[in-house]
Order: sequence, then structure tokens, then C-alpha cells
Amino acid sequence: MTKYIPTIGIECHVQLSTKTKLFSEVDNDARLKEPNSCVSPVDYALPGMLPRLNKMAIRYSVRAGLALNSEINLESRFDRKHYFYPDLPKGYQITQMYHPIIGAGFVELPDGTKIRIEHAHLEEDAGKLSHEGTYSLVDLNRAGTPLVEIVSMPDIHSAAHARDYAKELWRVMTYAGVTFGDLYNGNMRFDVNTSVAPEGSTELGTRTEVKNLNSFRSVERAVEYEIKRQTKLLEKGEKVIQETRGWNDATGETTGQRTKEAAADYRYMPEPDIPPIRLKAEIVDEERANLPKMPKWYRMEFNDVLGSDLVEVLLDYRPLMEKLAELEDKKAVKKIANLFSSVLLAEENASLLNDELPSKEQLLGLVEMLDKNELSSTGGKEVFLKFFDPEMHFKDTRTIAKELGVVQENDLGALEQIVDSVLAKPETQQAQADFKAGQEKVIGFLVGQVMKESHGKANPSAVQDILRQKLGK
Amino acid sequence: MKTASREVSAVSLVQEALDKAHQYQKDYHIFNFINDVEALKKAAAIDEKIKNGEPAGRLAGVPYALKDNFLSPEGGTTASAHILEEFTSPVTATSVKKLEEEGAIMIGRTNLDAFAHGSSTENSYYGPTRNSKDLERVAGGSSGGSAVAVALGIVPFATGSDTGGSIRQPASFNGVYGLKPTYGAISRYGVVAMASSTDCVGFFTQNVDDMDLLMQITAGQDANDLTTLPDFYGKETGFDDPIKKIGVIKDFDNDAVAPEIRAALARKVEELKAAGHEIVYLDMPALKYALAAYYIIVPAEVASNLSRHDGIRYGFRSEESGDLASLYKNTRNEGFMPENKRRIMIGNFVLSSGFYDAYYLKAAKARTMIVDEYRKAFEKCDFILTPVSPNPAFKLGEKVNDPVAMYLEDLMSVSLNLAGVPGLAIPVGETKEGLSLGLQLVGPRRSDQALLRFAKQIAGEGEPEEDHHIDIMGGND
Repeated sequence: MTKYIPTIGIECHVQLSTKTKLFSEVDNDARLKEPNSCVSPVDYALPGMLPRLNKMAIRYSVRAGLALNSEINLESRFDRKHYFYPDLPKGYQITQMYHPIIGAGFVELPDGTKIRIEHAHLEEDAGKLSHEGTYSLVDLNRAGTPLVEIVSMPDIHSAAHARDYAKELWRVMTYAGVTFGDLYNGNMRFDVNTSVAPEGSTELGTRTEVKNLNSFRSVERAVEYEIKRQTKLLEKGEKVIQETRGWNDATGETTGQRTKEAAADYRYMPEPDIPPIRLKAEIVDEERANLPKMPKWYRMEFNDVLGSDLVEVLLDYRPLMEKLAELEDKKAVKKIANLFSSVLLAEENASLLNDELPSKEQLLGLVEMLDKNELSSTGGKEVFLKFFDPEMHFKDTRTIAKELGVVQENDLGALEQIVDSVLAKPETQQAQADFKAGQEKVIGFLVGQVMKESHGKANPSAVQDILRQKLGK
Repeated sequence: MKTASREVSAVSLVQEALDKAHQYQKDYHIFNFINDVEALKKAAAIDEKIKNGEPAGRLAGVPYALKDNFLSPEGGTTASAHILEEFTSPVTATSVKKLEEEGAIMIGRTNLDAFAHGSSTENSYYGPTRNSKDLERVAGGSSGGSAVAVALGIVPFATGSDTGGSIRQPASFNGVYGLKPTYGAISRYGVVAMASSTDCVGFFTQNVDDMDLLMQITAGQDANDLTTLPDFYGKETGFDDPIKKIGVIKDFDNDAVAPEIRAALARKVEELKAAGHEIVYLDMPALKYALAAYYIIVPAEVASNLSRHDGIRYGFRSEESGDLASLYKNTRNEGFMPENKRRIMIGNFVLSSGFYDAYYLKAAKARTMIVDEYRKAFEKCDFILTPVSPNPAFKLGEKVNDPVAMYLEDLMSVSLNLAGVPGLAIPVGETKEGLSLGLQLVGPRRSDQALLRFAKQIAGEGEPEEDHHIDIMGGND
């Protein structure tokens, strides 16, 4: 039976987290805002209005391009893409059809596979429509939000890789700091083009496009579904129709929306209201010099200390990675990375991820106390959690540990005194006799008694050593 | 022009203009709106300032007419189109703001071809404006109302917009000065867009000095219009020699041009020679592509710019519609004039996939040739003198059903817009029938003030010495 090879290309829209919109000076962050409250006359396309250009959006695009290992085009231009729909107030979208700002580049997946980027361009987002039975409502808060649309080459050949690519793109963009990366709110949306062709074929099959996917899981599932659907069609001798298909997350199926033949003619033309963007090379150099560390850097730095599994888990949380990088010392990195994963990523502490992380000094202090056995691992966790208490933000680790009463007693002289007092107690006499008679387990009881006497501050292993010495074993 | 002072009140200036506006409105149909109430209120405020010795601006109390495609909250901005009949702007155009900051007072909004599509003001939803010299003839267009308002002396100046001749042609049809500045000299922000890459804001005046003052006030870079040029007006260099080389385009002297216009040009050329200027005859073969290129590029931009008029957010909406597609179709079908629709269709056609390369792209290349042709011409001369249009004002209805004949009226005006160079229509007398004759003086990009100075230098002896505008009231720079 013929084997069919899938080929997948992905277009991803990334909303840039600039303060203001791409062509007007109103708030670009419409989360939790009333509909149509972040809209200027430019955004609702009053006659006679002209676009201004947000310089930060250009900077963010350069940054995004560098994060994609792309060439930055020092001259780029805007074009108009025309279609009628109430979410598009001007009747055209300002985009970059012919001269995009970001040229060819690539994204490297965790397994080392490189997915090439064809180009990426800067454009404005459209508004939102909600349909209410006999009428529809238009919300233009999102209209004019800057988007970078990243167009991959058809280098992906499995649903899992499609997901990995989407996820890596999300990481790269959030690490570059150009987007909030809030998938639930549509900060990144994926259009997935899938085709299948018989193995060995030199031509690609007919592709379909599934638009507006907003989770990595849905990217994977939609591709999986399309590969199966298209393969089945071809096996039956039928044809795949080139079309846009919608994704239904509940049923896990794609359904046909419109065929390309009937699709709109966008009548592209150069945008006459915006002169070409000419970037100074220094701006690109500046962005390159200031580009934050990318996921790949963390992999190269931490995979050998932490293992790639833990690194991949932590990579989903950029602030944690940045904090680890601050620590510099690899041993400290390992201890803190384990605390991050065991404490912060535990479900009951999920809310802490939104809080300010402990300072580098606090964390290094914690590592030091753990190393010196001044804290037990339980005590360490307690101190670590306490760091997130807003009142503790400026306190050093030792002060916090003392306040919590979890500092361990390591002073051998002091410990000996406590051990002696415990051994003098009548209730331990039987246990001492048993231990001396060879009942090894009883040592645990005795250590426990000493710990109790020390109010938990004694270092248990030191206590055990002293006990063994005293009891002559 | 006359500004308000302790001797002449702003209220009297404005009242006089309003009276004239009403007096001429019935016969000439100049205005879409006359600003009776607000104008007098503003005039009173200016008088109050003058009384208190406060600066009242370089245009203190000067009444002016505003082409009805400039946005301001006073009166609706209709662009003489049904689709904007109910529209009042919350925003004020940059140019209007600058005029009003200097104390100018808008007394009325003037008629135009709907969305400035036309050369006669006959394409207005509200009916045509009549020529100031002959009621049976067109005012020219698209800024017909503004030209006639100045020609009849209702106001000393009026605003216009010039996409392919819309200031210069009506100026020449009515015997007044009309300036289309260098593209990007004055902000387009707040002017209903026709074709973004050729639209220019400009003025009608009765003399060159007034034009100069208006340019000083309104020209300049505007953050709201990315296509405005860095400030250059008044900083022109290289025009110091009073003896100039004047170019005359050979191809424009042909049988398609009315004899009286050719004669007027020849007369002016003789005058210039007599005054010691040198005449340079120019071959500018690329200009023969100008009209064709213009009627591809401009409709493309028109179709695009008019897409926003969809009945969703403002303006007219057809009530007959059951679904989105019919809402769009009915609103736009009922809201636009036939000429608007013609240009929308041409524009969408030339941008369609499969036709873009053959039309739009080719026209863009022709445009580059035209830009280059002007650049080369200005290596040989300082300014160029040409007719504005092939004919003086034509009769109402004469060309309205023949769009190509109407487009041919723009033959000699559109190349300036494609090249972005400034052009000044200057009045040069009348035909035997008493129709106005105009010529246009063309300069290189950013030569606007030098162009005006030269126009003043060569203005005929017969031109009345207007009261000079030199402002004694002070005001902002």
C-alpha cells in the first residue's frame, strides 16, 4: 500500500505587546476593557484620517526577526489588502505584501530540527464580530493592534512537529518579549496548511488551510485530522479540494468553509499614506545586542546540569529560566531548578507564578543554607515559599529562616549537650539498652527525641553521629 | 486681505461675507452650508480680543470658505455626497486648525463634485455650482464652490483640494489665483481622501500675497500625515536671480487647445521676453502618458479610499437591506454618485489579480518617467508656463455624459499631481465672451514660495493693488 507523506506549513499571527496601536495612539491592551473603548478615529476609519506609525512596533518587529534568526530588511513597505467585512473599518488591511520587514530565517525545535521561515511581515489586526441572532455587534478594540505574521516553509512532516513548531514559536516570541503570548486571548493564532502526497512524489499534494487555531494541542489535532482525512480521500481515489477549513475543538474535526476559487480578490496595492520604512543599521545592531536569551541558549547552558526533560518543562516559564540564568553557579541552578519544579509547578502553588520571583540574593542564600545543612529540605521549601510573601520581599534568607524557626543546629558542642540531656531521661533508657543490644532501628526513636528536644532545629544526621559515638556503636 | 482691527470689526467683515453668501447662493449655488451662527460668535470673540489688546492672529476676523471635504465640527462634512449627508466630524483638519488659530472664520462650506470626482462641480449630490462669469457655464471642479466664492468677492480666500487640477482649473475658469502646492507641503489630515498619493490641500485667493501668507500659516510637517515634507516653505534657495528661464512645453501648443488660450500663452511669453526673461522650449514626451497613468492610479486609490463608506459606522445606511451583502450593495449604490461608482469600478478593475501588472504597475512606471521628465525639465529652466486646461469654462451639461471628454479637460493639469510639483493658476484676462482665462506656472518640488514670488513679479500691470495683508496685530508664527 502507498505510504503518504504529509507536508505542513504554518502561518502564525503574533500580536505585539506595544503600548499603543500600530497606526494610532490608543491603548493596545484591550484585555478587560469595554468594547470599542480603545478606538481612535483612525481605527474606526473616519474619512480623512491617516495612519501614524508606531516606532516601537517597528522595533518589536526587528526583535522578532532577530529571534527568528532572520535577515532584517532595512527597507520595507506597506500595502493595502482589500475586502469588505464589518471587522475591517477601512475596507482594507494595511499589511506588507511585497516588501516585508523580516526576511528568511529559521526556528530550531528542541530535537534540533530546523524549520525555515519564508518571511514575516508587519500588519494590523482586525476587529471582532459577535453574532447575536438577527444582528451582529462590532468591537474594534483589537482593530489596529500590530501583528507580525510569520510564514514558515513547508518543512514540517508530522502533527507532533507541527505542535513542537507552534510551541517553539510561542517560546521564541515570548522570550524575545514582543508579545504577551496569551493564547487564550488570541495573542498568537495559527493557520495550518496541510497536504499529503505519495512517498517519493516530487510534487506536493493539494493543500487545505485550517485557520485561527489558538492552542498547540489544536494545531496538533487539526493536522492529525487533516492527514487522516486527506490520506483516506486519496486512498479511495478521490481528490482533496483546496479550501479553507474550520476547526471544531469539541468534535475534533475540520469542516469545509470556502473553496479558493470563490475566494476574495484582495486587490493589493502599495499603501500611499505611509512612506517606505527605512531602518538605520544601528537600530538592528542595537536590537541584536539587546536581544534577550533565547530558549536555545538555555538548552545549551542547562541541559547537562538539569537534563533536557526538566529544561523543556521549565522553558515554558520564561521568568524562571531568566532567574536561573541570573544565579550563574551551576550547583545553585540545579537546587533552585528542582525547587521551581517541585514547589512552583505544583498545582496548589500555580498562582505564585504570577508573583514576583525571589531575588538572586535570596535564592543564593537559600542554596548556601541548604549546603551548610542549616536548613533541612523541608525547611528549605518553607523558606522558599515564604519568599513570595510580599512582606518578605526585601528580607534576606537567614532572617526569614530564623523567623520561621527552621534553622538547624549544627554546633556540635550544643548538640552534644542536647543529646546528653536526652540520654539522661528515664524514658530513653530502654531504647538505649535495646540499641546497644543490636536493635539498629531504635536509633530513629532516639534521633526523634533529640529533634524534639531541639524543637526541630538540630541537624538529624549530626545528631545520629553523636548518638552512635555516645552509645559506643 | 483685510483683517479685523479697532477700525474694522470682525463682526462687520463676517456679516458682510455672510450677506454676500446668501445673496449669491440662489443663483450660483456655491455653498452646502452657510455658517451664520457660529461665524458671528467667533467674530465677536475676535473683536473682544482686539478690544483687550490681545493678539488675534494673522488672519484675525478674515472670513473664508471651506471646501466641503475638510473635516471640522462646524456643519456636516458632506463631500457633496449622499453617503455623507448626515455626517458631522468630531475631528478638525490640521489645515483648518491652523487657519482658525490665526483668527480666520469659516462662513460656509462650498460645493464640489462628490468626493472631488470631477472637473465641473456637476457631480455634486446637491447640484452644480454656476460659473462666476456666466451662469450657463460650469464653475470648474472639483473645487467649484470655493473658486466662485472668491471670484465673486464673498470671501478673500477659500480652501481647495487638488488631486488632478481641482484647484487650478476652477481658479482659471473664474479668474482667481489657485495654488496646488508641492505634494506634502500641507497636511492632508482631516481632508476626505480622494487619491492619497496626489491629493494636495491648497487655496484660492485674489492675489499672490494672500496666497503666500496662507502658505506660511498652513504649510509644514504634521505628525498626523506621514507624507508631509519637513518644513521648507520660505526656505527655498537658488531662485535669487530676478531674470528667470521659463520653460514652454511644445506639445501643449496644439490644435486641441482653444485659440484664445494659445493666444494668452503667446502674449504672456512675449511679456516675459520683453521683461528680459529667457524662454526655453521643452520636449517632454513622457507627459503624453500622464492622463492615462492618472486615470489608472487615481481610480485605484479612489476605490481603496472609498471602501470605508460601507454604512456600518457613520453616514448613510440603506434601510432596505436584509443581510450584510445587501447592506453593502444598497448603501453604496444609493450613496455614491455615478462618477464615484465609475471610478470605483475602474479602480477595482485595475487592481484585480491578473490585471494589476498590465495596468497599475505600468501606470506606476509611467509615473516614474513623468517625475523624471519634470526633473530633467527643471535642469533647463526655473519655471514652466502652460495652459491649465485646453478650454475655458464649458456649458453646464455639455460634457457630463461624456466622461472621456471630461477627463480630457485634465490633460494639462494631472501631470503635476503625478510628479508632486507645485502649480499656480494665474488669471490672464478674458475671452471675447468674457470668460476667464488662466495659465499655470509650474515649479520644481519645494519651490513654492519662489514660484509665488515670480508670479507676483510677472503679474500684469492691470492687477489692482490689493490692500496688503501685513499684519499689525501680531499673532503666532
